[in-house]
Parts: sequence; structure tokens; C-alpha cells
Amino acid sequence: MENFEPIIIAFCCHFCAYTAADLAGTMRLQYPSNVRIIRIPCTGKVDVRHLLQAFEKGADGAYVAGCLEGDCHYLKGNFRAKKRVALAKRILEDTGIGADRLEMFNMSAAMGPKFAEVAREMTERIRKLGPSPIKKFAKHTAHVAQHREGQTAEGPTPKV
Amino acid sequence: MIIAEGKPIKDILVMIETYDKIIVAGCKGCVTVCSTGGEKEVGILSSALRLARQTRGKPLEIKEITLERQCDTEYLEPLREVAGDFPAVLSLACGAGIQFLAEKFRKHPILPGVDTQFIGVTEEQGVWTERCQACGNCVLDRTGGICPVARCSKSLFNGPCGGSKEGKCEIDSKVDCGWQLIYDRLKELGQLEKLEIIMPVKDWSTSRDGGPRKRVREDLKI
Repeated sequence: MENFEPIIIAFCCHFCAYTAADLAGTMRLQYPSNVRIIRIPCTGKVDVRHLLQAFEKGADGAYVAGCLEGDCHYLKGNFRAKKRVALAKRILEDTGIGADRLEMFNMSAAMGPKFAEVAREMTERIRKLGPSPIKKFAKHTAHVAQHREGQTAEGPTPKV
Repeated sequence: MIIAEGKPIKDILVMIETYDKIIVAGCKGCVTVCSTGGEKEVGILSSALRLARQTRGKPLEIKEITLERQCDTEYLEPLREVAGDFPAVLSLACGAGIQFLAEKFRKHPILPGVDTQFIGVTEEQGVWTERCQACGNCVLDRTGGICPVARCSKSLFNGPCGGSKEGKCEIDSKVDCGWQLIYDRLKELGQLEKLEIIMPVKDWSTSRDGGPRKRVREDLKI
């Protein structure tokens, strides 16, 4: 699809990645608006469930951005996140979504340009991979609403 | 507790191929403690199955439920309330729980989402190891609290075999020699003389070898 604009969810830790995102903004660095940022206290808070739910809700790609290894504000949160991202990647591969659609990145709060670079890199990667395989057949939002609320709901389909 | 491991997603997908809606039932007992079939794992597996089926164009509706235990009749009631609407149940409990569901829910195929492995303990977070084989005739008083059935690869009863090397078993250098552990422990307790008691050939009829087992307490029966 020539005009495919991926939806990418970025789980960013408050202390490093989110602050780096803030700095990128202050520095007026351009990065794609495809990246939707979710601020979390530490990447150690991210669970495999959240990563899978991102794809269930229509994300074409996702990444977890945390502090540099050894510099996690909560000491080892980013190490836990690294292992959970690895497990989630295996699950995504087994389910046919593809391990490449999920990644883990590390950066410090001062690395505004790195944040922008990662956002650009993931957007390009997902653009090349194309829309999430779940979008091939059905309106995914209907199924997500169904299992969550127990009723069918027609939500707006994101632009693909 | 009972340790189990989740079945590969590919195998589960084959089992549920013909269904377009199922219940995924977890258990808050042993499988929660070994992070295989608790509420979190029910959520993760359900997400994975929904995603996998969506990529194939065969959506799957899943009812997620986690029961207190699946091995006691009273705890199955919450499942009974919702079971009617679904043609099958994928259970993440141990083999006992899965079979009990099969006995109590006659109209539903109960599918195993996990492989039940052994009775064991949590050595550290994320690591579980075998300790007990449920042989039905415990000799832990004579072996310093270390089981020769479960921890000796050959279940020997009167000392190590010739394959014991530097405290490790010949089958795998990462596996401790059960009898080395027993010796060290009895030495620590100052009870080495217990090793001089020859244990006769084990009567395995109290173990699974004697057939499916049953325990009854008449004073508790209503």
C-alpha cells in the first residue's frame, strides 16, 4: 500500500525515554507522528500482556524505550523489560504477527536525537513490513471490543 | 506444588481449530505459582490465540476465567455459570484439574493447555525443580530430607552409583547427584550412621506402579 501510515505504540519510561522525547520536542527535532507515546514509570512495568494488547488493538508495531542498561532509575526494571520483550517477540512470531514488529531500545534522558532516530527507524521498518497481519481479514476493533466488554462494538478503523 | 509448562501455541491452535469460541480457564493454585496457568498467563495466551486466529481470518472469541482451583467441586461453580455459551474449554490447570473438569462438565470437551511435569519447589524466581515422586512410602527420615526416588536419576536406595562424579550425576553435569546431597546433609546433621541402615528392595505398589491410588478419611465423609 503506497499510502500506508503505520500505527506504532512506544512504551517510554518516565525517567529516560519520555524525557528524551520531551527533549526532542524542545530541540524542535522532527520525528514521525506515527509514534504514539505511552508514559510509564519504568519499562519494568510493561508486561507481556500490554505488548500483545497493543497489537490486538490495531498497532502495526510497538517498542519499549527505557534507560541505558545499568542506569535504570529503579535499578533493574529495564532488564526485566528486555526479557519480557524477548518473550513477547517469540509469541508474536508463533502467532504470525512477526517478531520484527516489536523492539526494545535504550537511551538516556539527554538523548533527544536518539529518540527521534528510533522513532524514524521503527516507522520505516513497520512501513516496509506493511500493516499488521490481523488487518487483512476483519475489522479488528470489533473483536477487541467484543472480548473486553462482552458485546460487539463497531469502532472507527484506523486509517491504513 | 505441581509444576507444569505451557504447551506450544502451535499445538494449542491445532486443538482448537474447529471452534470459533472457547473458554480459557486458569487456576489460582499451583499453576499460578509456577507462572504457567494463572490469571496473567490466561490473559497472555488468550491474546496470543486471538492474534493468531485473526491473522488466519478465523476470529476466535474467548471467555477468560481463572478459578480458585480446578480440583475441588465447589470451586467449579463460576465456570458452570458461563460454560453453557461455549462449546469447549481450554484449561491451564494441572492434569488433575483438567480431568476433573472433564468429569464435571459432561457436554464440554476439556482441552489441555499445559503439560503437567512434576511435584517441585521454587528454587528462585523463575526456576522450579523436582523434589517428590509421590511414591507413597516416604523415607526422608533416613536420608536427611533428600529423596532418593526423585533426586537420584536411578532412584537408588543405598548409595550412589559409579557414575557419580564430583557431586554431579552422569546423565547431566548440571544435575546434582542425589546421594552426594544425602551424604552431605547427613554429615551436616551428624547422622551419618543412618547410611548404615540397609533399605530393602522398595515395594513400589504404594506408588503409581500399584495402579491409580485413592485416599479416604472416613471421619470426614458426610
